[in-house]
Amino acid sequence: MEQKYEPYYVPEQSKFPLFATIGLFLTVMGLGNWLMEMSNGTEGKGQQVFLLGLVILLFVMWKWFGQVIKENHAGLNSAQLKRSYVWGMGWFIFSEVMFFAAFFGALFYVRTFALPWLSEGPTAEYLWNDFEAEWPLMTTPDMAANGEAATVLGPEKNMSNPGIANWFGWLPFWNTALLLASSVTVHFAHTSLKSGKNQRQFNLWLAVTVSLGFLFLVLQAEEYIEAYEHLGLQLNSGIYGTTFFMLTGFHGAHVTLGTIMLLVQLARSVTSWAWRLPPIIALIVAFYVALFGGHFALSIKLAMVGAACGLLIFVAAMKPNGIFHHDDCFGFEASSWYWHFVDVVWLGLFIFVYILG
Amino acid sequence: MAHGPAKGLSRWLFTTNHKDIGTMYLWFSFLMFFLGGLFALVIRAELFQPGLQIVEPAFFNQMTTLHGLIMVFGAVMPAFVGLANWMLPMMIGAPDMALPRMNNWSFWILPFAFAALVSTLFMEGGAPDFGWTFYAPLSTTYAPPSVTLFIFSVHIMGASSIMGAINIIATILNMRAPGMTLMKMPLFVWTWLITAYLLIAVMPVLAGVVTMMLMDIHFGTSFFDAAGGGDPVLFQHIFWFFGHPEVYIMILPAFGIVSAIIPTFARKPLFGYSSMVYATASIAFLSFIVWAHHMFTVGMPLAGELIFMYATMLIAVPTGVKVFNWVTTMWRGAMTFETPMLFSIAFVILFTIGGFSGLMLAIAPADFQYHDTYFVVAHFHYVLVPGAIFSITAAVYYWLPKWCGRMYDEAMGRVHFWIAFIGLNVTFFPMHFSGLAGMPRRIPDYNPLWADWNMISSVGAFLFGAAQVLFLYIVIRTIIGGKKASDEVWEASHGLEWTVASPAPYHTFSTPPEVK
Ligand code: HEM
Ligand SMILES: [Cu+2]
Repeated sequence: MEQKYEPYYVPEQSKFPLFATIGLFLTVMGLGNWLMEMSNGTEGKGQQVFLLGLVILLFVMWKWFGQVIKENHAGLNSAQLKRSYVWGMGWFIFSEVMFFAAFFGALFYVRTFALPWLSEGPTAEYLWNDFEAEWPLMTTPDMAANGEAATVLGPEKNMSNPGIANWFGWLPFWNTALLLASSVTVHFAHTSLKSGKNQRQFNLWLAVTVSLGFLFLVLQAEEYIEAYEHLGLQLNSGIYGTTFFMLTGFHGAHVTLGTIMLLVQLARSVTSWAWRLPPIIALIVAFYVALFGGHFALSIKLAMVGAACGLLIFVAAMKPNGIFHHDDCFGFEASSWYWHFVDVVWLGLFIFVYILG
Repeated sequence: MAHGPAKGLSRWLFTTNHKDIGTMYLWFSFLMFFLGGLFALVIRAELFQPGLQIVEPAFFNQMTTLHGLIMVFGAVMPAFVGLANWMLPMMIGAPDMALPRMNNWSFWILPFAFAALVSTLFMEGGAPDFGWTFYAPLSTTYAPPSVTLFIFSVHIMGASSIMGAINIIATILNMRAPGMTLMKMPLFVWTWLITAYLLIAVMPVLAGVVTMMLMDIHFGTSFFDAAGGGDPVLFQHIFWFFGHPEVYIMILPAFGIVSAIIPTFARKPLFGYSSMVYATASIAFLSFIVWAHHMFTVGMPLAGELIFMYATMLIAVPTGVKVFNWVTTMWRGAMTFETPMLFSIAFVILFTIGGFSGLMLAIAPADFQYHDTYFVVAHFHYVLVPGAIFSITAAVYYWLPKWCGRMYDEAMGRVHFWIAFIGLNVTFFPMHFSGLAGMPRRIPDYNPLWADWNMISSVGAFLFGAAQVLFLYIVIRTIIGGKKASDEVWEASHGLEWTVASPAPYHTFSTPPEVK
C-alpha cells in the first residue's frame, strides 16, 4: 500500500490567497465607488483604487501561477493532483456557461414574452401609445409613447443578417470564420504536441490561434464603432442595444481573456524573454494604435495587427523551447478548453443575436 | 507535510489546512448568525406592538434586507461550507481538500464582502432596503446609492461560493481513498456533491442578474425597464432561477447531516441509502424547473401557473421519501436522545411542517391569498430555522468532540435544545395565523387585528436569541474546559472520521486508509 501511493502535495502555507483577496476587494470596491462617483458627478479616488487593486490582483496571479508551475517542474504534482486541476478548470468553464445562459435567457424572454406583451391590448393602447413589437427593436415603448421616431438606423445594416448572398460583406460572418478557424488551429497545436515530436509546429499553430484571436477583436471593435458612430445603436438605445452589446461585449471580454491565456502559454514556450518581448510589445502597440490611434480604414488596422501577428508567428516558430510535454501540458490544455468554450458561445451568438436577429 | 500548525496569526491568514479553514468558516458563520440575529431582533422589537415605536420605516426596511442577506449568504451557506471543509476529507479518507490554496481564498473573500455590505449601513442613503430578493425596479430605479456596493459584494461572495464548490467537487470526485466507491460515500458527502453542482450552476446566474442591475443603474441599459422594451418581471425570473436552487443549497447538506446523526443514535444503519441518493439527485434536478412558484401573482399565463404548480408539487415526492427513510431508520431502533439527536428529530418533524406549508403555497390559486403574507414567512422560517440552522447545530454538537477532543456538557446541550425548540415554535407558528389573517410581510406597522400573534412572535424571538447565546457559551466552555472525548465519541458512530484520534490530528490520512 505505502509504496504504491504517490503523496498528494499539500502546500504548507501560502500568502497568495490573502493578497489576492485584498487585490480583488480593492478592484471591485474601487470600481463600485468609481461608478457611483460618475453617476453623482463627484470627484473621488474610485478609479485609482480600482487600478491599484487590479495591479495587485494581476501581480498575485502572476506569482501564484508561477509558483504552481515551479512546483510542477520540481516534480511535486502527482497524477492525482493534476486531475484536480483538470476538474477545477472543467467546472470553472461550466460556471461560465451558466453566466452566459442568464444573458441568453434574458434575450429569449424579451423577444418571446416581454415585447409581445408590451404591444398587446390595453397595455399598448393606454400606456405606450400603440407601441409595436419588432426585432431588432428600433422604437422603444418610451419613444412610442412620446411619439418619437427611431434614432437607430437599420436594421438591415451591419448587425443583422443581410441574407446569405451578402455574407461576404458582413463582419459577423468573418468573425465566425476567424473563431471557427482558431478552434481548429488550437486543435492542431494540441495534436502536434501530443505527437510528441514537433515543438516548432506546436508553437506555429498556437501563434496562429493567438493571431486569429487578435484579428477577431479588431473586427469586433470595428463593428462597435460602426454601431455607435454610423448606426446610432448604443448600449442605452433600448433593449436591442442592451442585449446586443451585453452579449457580444461579455463574449468579447472572454475572447480577450482567452487570447491572453493562450498568449501566456505561447510566451512560456518561447526560449527567452529577449524573444518573447519584441513580438508581444509589437502586438500590443499595433493593437492599441489600430483601435485608439485615429480613424484608420479597416484594411490598415488589419494590416498593422496582422504584421505584428506575422512577427509573433515567425519568432514563435523559430524559437521553441519545448517546455510543454506531450503528457504534461495542463496550462496549455486548460487555455485551449477555454478557447473552445469561447468559440461555442460565439456560435450561440451568431445564431441567436445575428442570424435570427 | 507532517508539520503541525504554524504559530500565531499567520496560521489563520495563510493556512492551507482544511481543518483550519473549516474552523474559520464556522466561526465566521457564527458571527454572522449573531449579527443577522441582532437585526431580526430589531425587527421583532418594532413589531412587538402595532404603531411605530423604535425605528424609522426606512431603517426597518434596511434591517429586513440585511437580515435576509446575512442569514442566507453569511450564516447558513458558510456554515455548511465550514462543515464540508472539516468533514469531507476525513469522511472520504483524503489528506486535504483538492485545491488547498484556493480553499483559503474562498474563505478570505467572505469577511471582506460582508464588511463591505454591512458598512453600507453608515453610507448616505443607508443600506440596501429592497429585501433580500432585491426585485427591480426597487433595486434599480428606486435604490439607494449603496446598491452599487451591494452588487459588488454579491459578486465576490459568488466568486467565493463558486470556488468553494469547485473545490468540493474536485475533492469528492478525485480524492477518495481506494475502495471508497461512490455508493459507499456517507450521505453528507453525497448531498454536498450535489449541492456543489447546484452552486456552480446558479451562482453565475446570480452574478448575471446583479450585473444587469448594475448596467441598468449606471449605463442606461433597459433589462428591467419596460420603457426601453425590457421587463421588471424578467428580473424575477432570473433571480428565482437562482433563488429556488439556492433554497435547496441551504437544505441538501442538512439532509446529509441528519442522515449521519439519526443512524448513530438509533443504532441502526440508515434505511434506504440508495433511495436517499436518488431522492437528493431528483430534488436537485426538480429545483431547476419550479422557480416561478415564487411568482404566481405576477401575471403569468395560465399554462405557466399550471406547469410550475405541478412541478413544485412533484418535489414533495422525493422529499417524502427522505422523511420516510429517517422515520424508518428510527423505527425499532435502540434510541438515545443526546443533543445532536434531539436537534435531528426536531429537524424531521418541523422541516416536515415547513414542507407542508410549502405544498399549500404551491397551489397556485391558494397562493394568490398567501403570497407576500406572513404565511410565507412562516413557511420559509420553518424550513430554514429547524431545517438548516438546527441541522448545523446538531452537526456542531455531533462533531465538536472530534474537532477539539472535548465533550460538551450534555445537560446544558439539552437545555439549549429545549429553549431553542420552544422559542422557535413560539416565534414562527403564530406567523401562520397572522399570515392567513392577511398580514403582509416586510411592514414596520400593522393593523391591530394582528397584534396578539405579533406579540407572541416577538417574545419567542427573544427566547430563541437567548438560546443561541447559551449555545455560544456551551461551545466556548467545551473548547476550553470540556471533558476528554474518546476517539469514537459516540457508542454507535460509524465512518472514517471516527477512526482518527480526538482531537483529529492536524493532518489526517496523508496516506489513504483502506476502505472495505
Ligand atoms: C416541499 C418543499 C417546498 C415547497 C413545495 C415550497 C414551496 C414554496 C412556495 C410556493 C413559495 C412561494 C410562496 C410565495 O411567495 O407566495 C416558497 C417560498 C419560500 N421557500 Fe419554499 N418550498 C419548499 C421547501 C423549501 C425549502 C427546503 C426551503 C429552504 C431551505 C424553502 C425556502 C423558501 C423561501 C426562503 C421562500 C421565500 C422567499 C421569499 O419570497 O423571500 N422552501 N416555497
Ligand atoms: Cu422556491
